[in-house]
Amino acid sequence: MPEILDQARAQVLETGVGLDEAGVLAVLTLPDEHLPAALQLAHEVRMRWCGPEVEVEGIVSLKTGGCPEDCHFCSQSGLFTSPVRSVWLDIPSLVEAAKQTAATGATEFCIVAAVRGPDARLMKQMREGVAAIRAEVDIQVAASLGMLTQEQVDELVDMGVHRYNHNLETCRSYFPTVVTTHSWEERWETLRMVRESGMEVCCGGILGLGETVEQRAEFAAQLAELDPHEVPLNFLNPRPGTPLGDRPVVEGKDALRAIAAFRLAMPRTILRYAGGREITLGDLGTRDGLLGGINAVIVGNYLTTLGRPATEDLKLLDDLKMPVKALSATL
Amino acid sequence: MSVPDPTTVGGDVPPPWCDRCGEPARSGPHPACAAARALEPPRFCARCRRRMKVQILPAGWSAVCVEHGEFRG
Ligand code: SF4
Ligand SMILES: [Zn+2]
Ligand SMILES: [Zn+2]
Repeated sequence: MPEILDQARAQVLETGVGLDEAGVLAVLTLPDEHLPAALQLAHEVRMRWCGPEVEVEGIVSLKTGGCPEDCHFCSQSGLFTSPVRSVWLDIPSLVEAAKQTAATGATEFCIVAAVRGPDARLMKQMREGVAAIRAEVDIQVAASLGMLTQEQVDELVDMGVHRYNHNLETCRSYFPTVVTTHSWEERWETLRMVRESGMEVCCGGILGLGETVEQRAEFAAQLAELDPHEVPLNFLNPRPGTPLGDRPVVEGKDALRAIAAFRLAMPRTILRYAGGREITLGDLGTRDGLLGGINAVIVGNYLTTLGRPATEDLKLLDDLKMPVKALSATL
Repeated sequence: MSVPDPTTVGGDVPPPWCDRCGEPARSGPHPACAAARALEPPRFCARCRRRMKVQILPAGWSAVCVEHGEFRG
């Protein structure tokens, strides 16, 4: 057994203290033959510190495309020749999306907008939309609207938004290569305000942007320092027309190594499968990740791409004897 | 989920444009685009090449061409 896994067993599994950057790097560079042991340990850590429940979430785009920012992976930036057109979702469709999500047994519904940060129109749409959802659908509402002012943070709390997603996307040292229109530090500042407001912090990123394995470890350590309630883990799905449109997808084994390493860095967080898992891991790999540290999924479609049908994920959870977290358990 | 096959959106005759990349498709569907479409909605109208307004909900999508109306999946 590699030394790092013995160390992780004693430290992470037994005491709940996550691996540091060097430890994460050691896991990320484990030879293939030790990957099953790393996943097994990450699974034990997840079961011990989080339990067997899986948190299920649905997401929807309230405002798609036309974003003024230049995140190089994103098909919703208005600065690239992506075919994604700008469009707003109306309130009845938003409520319908929440109902579709609730029908899967999901407890979380996240409303997302492709913006640098919200303007008055978006905040108004949010206020009306969240009120309509809360009146008709039994589900917790989260939001992801870019960078916020303190007033907007307070408004979202007032609306009843319980969790806010704002991804750091990648490590601090690599961020300026991927995004030039705003800084990693500006994102961190929004996360700080969200944390202080009492909303749950949801912060993750995308692997496969061209970062080195050392930078992947750096990212895990920076997320661990932030200590978010939830970490959504995306794998790059290269989008036509974006600067990263020709990048290769992450190797399945590297994705699984990352899942185990991120879990060992953050034993208590909700580690969620987000976009890209279908093309990176396929069905078999998806299962391996759920047995290797993942304890949450986005079901159904994503913002600009489609997921596999929710029923397939729910069946997989059932096969794995992993109960879907109930709404009563989250209140 | 039922995703209309890009080769049949226009009826029996293959439509002139690929609904994923917007390039000519008279000689048949683009294999890479057709494969990608399993996990993507269409972005271009296969009949007129206009970029469509696409909305995705957790359990379905709609794409609207101003000239040719709405497609759903
Ligand atoms: S801020 Fe968000 S929507 Fe805008 S380009 Fe970046 S990732 Fe895309
Ligand atoms: Zn094509
Ligand atoms: Zn048309």
